[in-house]
Formats: sequence, structure tokens, C-alpha cells
Amino acid sequence: MNGASLQRKVANAAVPVAFGVGFVVLWEFLVRWRDIKQFILPRPSMIWKEAVNNAGFLRSAATVSGTNALVGLVCGIIIGCAVAMIANRFKILAELVTPLSAAISAIPIVVIVSILNNMFRIGSEVPRRLMVTIVVFFVVFVNVARGLRQSNSTQMELMRSYAASPSQVMKKVRFPNALPFLFTAIKIAAPLAVTTAFVSEYFGGTQDGLGQKIPAAMANSKDPLGWAYVGAACVLGLGFFIAANVLEYVAVPWQRSRNSG
Amino acid sequence: MKHESHSPDQSLGQPAVVVDNVSKVFNAGGRQQVDALLDISLTVQPGEFVSLIGPSGCGKSTLLRLIADLLSVSSGSLVVNGKPAAQARLDQDYGMAFQQAGLFDWRNVAKNIELPLEIRGWDQAKRRERSAEMLELVKLSEFASHMPWQLSGGMQQRVAIARALAAHPPLLLMDEPFGALDEMTREHMQAELLSICASTSTTVIFVTHSIPEAVYLSDRVVVMSPRPGRITATIDVNLGGNRNDDTREASEFYGKITEVREALRGIEHVGGARGIEDR
Ligand SMILES: Nc1ncnc2c1ncn2[C@@H]1O[C@H](COP(=O)(O)OP(=O)(O)OP(=O)(O)O)[C@@H](O)[C@H]1O
Ligand SMILES: [Mg+2]
Repeated sequence: MNGASLQRKVANAAVPVAFGVGFVVLWEFLVRWRDIKQFILPRPSMIWKEAVNNAGFLRSAATVSGTNALVGLVCGIIIGCAVAMIANRFKILAELVTPLSAAISAIPIVVIVSILNNMFRIGSEVPRRLMVTIVVFFVVFVNVARGLRQSNSTQMELMRSYAASPSQVMKKVRFPNALPFLFTAIKIAAPLAVTTAFVSEYFGGTQDGLGQKIPAAMANSKDPLGWAYVGAACVLGLGFFIAANVLEYVAVPWQRSRNSG
Repeated sequence: MKHESHSPDQSLGQPAVVVDNVSKVFNAGGRQQVDALLDISLTVQPGEFVSLIGPSGCGKSTLLRLIADLLSVSSGSLVVNGKPAAQARLDQDYGMAFQQAGLFDWRNVAKNIELPLEIRGWDQAKRRERSAEMLELVKLSEFASHMPWQLSGGMQQRVAIARALAAHPPLLLMDEPFGALDEMTREHMQAELLSICASTSTTVIFVTHSIPEAVYLSDRVVVMSPRPGRITATIDVNLGGNRNDDTREASEFYGKITEVREALRGIEHVGGARGIEDR
């Protein structure tokens, strides 16, 4: 069963890969044919050349952004799960956190990043990671809180018949039951963490991440290099998304069996 | 009684369950008030197998949940294993199985059976030993490390029964545990349940919609009527201790089935008996 479903996964991946390759070829062809100016849209082959020549810069910028996104993602997941579990136990907290999270979500990222930048020393990566943490936290909190509430009634009655304590019920039933919700949240939050890292890098701080490099290269008319940075950003986002999917595949196998019917 | 008393703390002659004038009202005083049970009295002796049968909504599940202390009574009293129902639950004096197996997807078969023991605080070696023993009892030893979703419905239900029996509770409460199974598996499970109960001398209260199932399994069949739920008849079965496939062909068996059906017909004239299977 595992081999077959893996094979199916590979087959499923073939279509988007073929589409991507076709898209790049068409792009190259169109730019050459219509003789489009480089500062409007450079050719993929130019971008690739530029990327190879500046591989070191790309890698270090991607590492900075990737680390910001990853640290924020992990912190957001841990805090989101913890708060959701406590809120499930003490309803008052749920009533406090839900409107608060709605209020904070309404504040534009720019504003929060500026405030955070003023709170920490110049050049610190902490404000960016905090920003990612905040965004990830809300996604995880909302989903996990819902997962914790939707426990199977037969399982809950069984736990009561065992005279299980509230913390045993949380640990042995509610949380495992919420895992599919957690991984759905992680799949949404992982690419979001990457884009949030870019955006918060853009609004001030050290000029080291991809969020600074892309607009900087574009502004200096080094367009192919700017596009190479964009390509690196895409790869990073895609990497996070794939990692989240693999994690789900490994961690909640019963969900996998349910999906495949 | 045909079985020995189960455990030493269950003093001889003391009933396993005493339901005394119990009533249950849901949403009392509200617009959606439901008089689920009215003045129910029932005494079950240790080692006895008692079935509850009656039309849908007559309060069978409610009565079972009251005995299990998953719900609390509106009036009357409930003594389980010589103590108040709440204390019996805290002491894990009963095991319970539902129509849904309710297995935990993230635990393998052995770990599912060990869950009630884990909550009791048993150490791992003792848990392993007991789950292996229970798996043998339900003939699923080779599936110890399988995950629940890899089992058929009948196998899952057997795991649920093994789990209900894992702590060797003196009392087993079952709410239509075979309701979702096909006829063949169902008859097979009935025979298995009887042999397990005989070898462990467990008291069973069993909810079912099937007349033959109730007659085949029980020492006593309790017939209930709806709105409000009451006990309208109690039928002693006496088919003997060694029931097998021949029992299902015997004329006494059909005689008892007719008797239960007639008791249910009596209800039909009053309220309308829906949801009773004649198979
Ligand atoms: N939690 C509840 N809140 C309100 N009413 C309830 C609740 N549980 C059961 N009832 C009502 O109590 C009555 C008895 O329900 P119960 O589930 O015990 O019936 P049952 O005999 O088990 O039926 P079935 O054979 O369909 O399982 C029904 O009228 C039902 O609507
Ligand atoms: Mg019921």
C-alpha cells in the first residue's frame, strides 16, 4: 500500500513539474521572439546565469530569511498549541484570546514590524522572527483549538468510564485527535512564515535577507539578479511547503489512510 | 448461579447491579423536556447475562449510561458492585463497549487494549502481559502491532471488547456492540462473547435491537417501552450454559423468540415498536 501510494505521489508531481518546465521554455521563447527589454522581463537563461554567478550571495540571503521563517514557525507552532490546550481547559482564556487575536490580525504587518523594530537593537533579527511567530501563532491556535473541541464522543465517554483525569484526557485523546488539524495549520503556516519573513525584512532592519535583496537588486537595474533572488524566494517557500507535507505524511498516518479511502 | 463470583471483594450473594426506582429526565423544566426513564427497577446477579430490548428511543442507552455513571439519575438510586455508581466508575468496576468500536487511531491494537490499564497506572510489563492475554482471548494475537484502520469492522469490535475486559472488570456494559456487523460475523462474535464471559464469569448488561441475539445470549431479557421508558416485561431464557449453533435451531429458542416478540407487540399497541429486528 505504501509503495503504491508513493508511486501515485510521484505521478501526481509529474504534472506540475512538466507544467513548470513548459512555462519556463515558453517564457524564454516569448522574450527572444518579441525582443522584450531586460528591465521589463529578463530571459530565464539570463536569470539562471546570474544565479550561478551569485550563488554565494543567494545562499546567504536565503539562509537568513529561511532561518527567520523557521524560528518564527517553530515558536508559533509551540505557542499556538500550548495556548490552544490551556484555552481548552480554562474557557475564560479562550474568551480572551479569540477577540484579542482577531484584533491583532487586523493591524497591518508594517505597523507591527515598525513597533517591534523600535523595541529591539538595530540589526537584530528578533523583530522579524517575532512577526513570523505572531502570524503563525494565529493560524495554529485557531485550528488546534477547533481540533481539540471536536473530540469523538465514544472516545470521550470511554475516557470518563476509565475515570481519566483532565490532563490524561488532553494528552491521550484530545491532542492526538487534534493532530490532523495541527498539520493542516502547519501546511498553511509554513509558506506564510516565509512570505511574512520577506515582508518584515523589507520594512527595516539589516540588509541581509531576501526581503531586502529583491527590491535592492531591482532598484539598481540588476534585474536578472533581482529575479534570481525571486527564484530563491520561490524555492524557499516551496521547500517549506513540501517539508510541511512530508511531516504530515509521517506524523499522522491514520489521516493518510483515511484520505486514500 | 451458574458462575462463580468474580472477585473476592464481591461478597457472595450481593447483586452486581441494583437499579432502584430510577427516573431520568433530560432538560427538566425546559421546553425540550424528555422523560427518558420512569421508575426503573432492575437487579442483576453476579455472572448473569441480561439483555435490554425495546423500540428506538425507549431509554436503553440512557439506562446503561446511568449504570456507568456517564449520566446521573434524576431520582432513585443505583448501586453497582455494592457501591454508588460514581464510586464504581472511579474504581473501574466495569468495562464498556459501544456500537462504534471507538479505537484510538494513533495507538496500535495492543496499545488500545492497554489504555484503561495505563490510566490505572499499571507498569508496562504488566500491561504487555495482560494485552497479550486479552488478544489471545479474542483470537487476534497476530494483529497486536497492527493499527486500528488496518482491521475489519468485526476485528475492531473484538479489540474494543478485549479493551473493555482488559482490567478484568466484574461487570461488562455493552450498547449494541454488534449492531454494525454483518450477520455471519455477528453470530460468530455472539458465540465468542458467551465463551469469554463463561471463562471470566463476567456479569453483562447488553443492549440490542435483535430479538434472536437477546435470546441467544441472555439469562434474562428485559423488555422496555418508550415515552417514558419503562420495563414492561422480564423473560427468563434458561437455554442452558452450553449454547452453540444448534441452540439457534432448537424449538425452545424459537419459543423464547416468540415470547419476547409478543412482549414487544404489547408495546406496539401502545406506542409503536419501531426499529426491532426479527432476525
Ligand atoms: N443527552 C440527551 N439530551 C436530551 N435527550 C436525550 C439525551 N440522550 C437521550 N435523550 C432522549 O432520551 C430518550 C432515550 O434515548 P436513548 O438513547 O436512551 O434511547 P435508546 O433506547 O438507546 O434508543 P436506540 O435504540 O435508538 O439507541 C430519547 O427520547 C432521546 O431523545
Ligand atoms: Mg441506544
